[in-house]
Amino acid sequence: MKEYEVIIGLEVHAELSTKTKMYCNCSTTFGADPNTHCCPICTGMPGVLPVLNERVVEYAVKAGLATNCEISRFSKQDRKNYFYPDLPKAYQTSQYDLPLCIGGHLDINVNGNKKRIGITRIHIEEDAGKLIHDAYTGDTLVDMNRCAVPLIEIVSEPDIRSADEAVAYMQTLKSILEYLEVCDCKMQEGSLRCDVNLSVRPVGQKEFGTRTETKNLNSFKAIHNSIEFEIQRQIEVLENGGVVHQETRRFDDVKGVGYAMRSKEDAQDYRYFPEPDLAPIVLSDEYINNIKDNLPEMPHIKKERYVSEYGLPEYDAEILTSSKKTASFFEKTNSICNNPKSVSNWLMGDFARLLNEKEIEIDDSKVTEENLASLIMLIDKGTISSKIAKQIFEEMFETGEKAEDIVNKKGLVQISDEGAIKEICQKIVDANPQSIADYKAGKDRAIGFLVGQVMKETKGKANPQIVNKLLLEIINK
Amino acid sequence: MSVSKEDVKHIANLSKLNLTDEELEKYTTELSDIVNFANELSNIDVDGIKPTAHILDIKNVFRKDEVQPSYDREEILKNAPSKDAGCVSVPKVVE
Repeated sequence: MKEYEVIIGLEVHAELSTKTKMYCNCSTTFGADPNTHCCPICTGMPGVLPVLNERVVEYAVKAGLATNCEISRFSKQDRKNYFYPDLPKAYQTSQYDLPLCIGGHLDINVNGNKKRIGITRIHIEEDAGKLIHDAYTGDTLVDMNRCAVPLIEIVSEPDIRSADEAVAYMQTLKSILEYLEVCDCKMQEGSLRCDVNLSVRPVGQKEFGTRTETKNLNSFKAIHNSIEFEIQRQIEVLENGGVVHQETRRFDDVKGVGYAMRSKEDAQDYRYFPEPDLAPIVLSDEYINNIKDNLPEMPHIKKERYVSEYGLPEYDAEILTSSKKTASFFEKTNSICNNPKSVSNWLMGDFARLLNEKEIEIDDSKVTEENLASLIMLIDKGTISSKIAKQIFEEMFETGEKAEDIVNKKGLVQISDEGAIKEICQKIVDANPQSIADYKAGKDRAIGFLVGQVMKETKGKANPQIVNKLLLEIINK
Repeated sequence: MSVSKEDVKHIANLSKLNLTDEELEKYTTELSDIVNFANELSNIDVDGIKPTAHILDIKNVFRKDEVQPSYDREEILKNAPSKDAGCVSVPKVVE
């Protein structure tokens, strides 16, 4: 079999977190009863006049600046015509030849290697409605609440070469959009999704192969698996002497299989033309600079600061800053207890594990920044052992109780009284002559066993450093 | 003819229209006339004139991002030939 090179470009759709729709004052809130966020403008009644939401322009410019794009001083909107029941106007208002943002890039990190992915353009456009299949009547039901919810479409250059790179690009973009607060990035609700354009070519061939487009992927897993699937499929087609057809495809995430959607004789003909109802968008340097000056700290800058300011390892800094919520939780907690490495360990360790198990976000958790900070301070002061702290944390996570309250209620204060610990150590040494012999024969591990026995005896409350010290004193006497 | 029968069939297909043979003849002639008429514009010398994005000399018509009440659902669905469960009901399109 020949060796193949994979060429991928992503079109990412991000729903903007504006309060109202793109051209009318209907709410954009997700999950409302069908067709209750609608008016004549967003349902395409004749004779209405759409007026652009100023925040749509502002958010798109923010996204453009954060991805190193050139912002167009002159931009216009166009009609993209197609017939489908989720689009009551029979055209989508989008941007064709004069998009708001042009020619940027993003730096991604794949398995420790940095790579730059070009961004062709970012344009504004409206979302379509939702189609629900009615199993009882066999008809399709149209909910127009999502019609004209504003989107930005971020189009990458065909610079991506693997599923891992595509996922890293999407993760980087997601974290930037979250930091900017222009999109809530809830992929399961469809507010961030992407189309994958993919082709393969034998290594060394100059021309691109024929590409396919897999539409509407809304999880990192679906992006990864659909790409792996499509690479394999195209290579098999070519290896068997076949031809890859240019087509639109879907990916069934549950079955892990992609399939063609539209046949090629249904070739797209969008007949774009300038939108006569909407005025051109002309942006001044002052407008653009004002947005630029007020951009929040971006994840990669924050990451560098975490390393230099808090002395965190790069690995910690990367994970903490990949989500804005986690980063802000970290900063607030550390501002109280001033122990960055410990805060980081909790956020990446037990806290992350419990959040994953419960499948909730950090801001939905019952543990507040203040509570985590006091837990860490209890450890730092030696009031509780770090082993007991884990137990306390689980309870804080379940109940939202304060660390101090749990410690007092359960009597979990660490025993640091040497006299009391020494007595227990002596008892353990007397009961385990074999371990003492092992230790004296050079098996250092035996001491760990003895420490464990003492901790067990004290239900984890003994200060382990003191236990260690006293055990050695007794044995080496 | 500046518009062929094939063009008309294509446009009819995009517009989800079924045309009879007579209609096809008729629209081919009529659309050709319209296109020929519009093509007169190609004879005008536009050297040195900037492309027009909008016929009016306006720019930046925006509104504030403030929610106002939407229409009652009954009102929105009033014109739908068929409705069900608070939605417009259409022939099956979901694969």
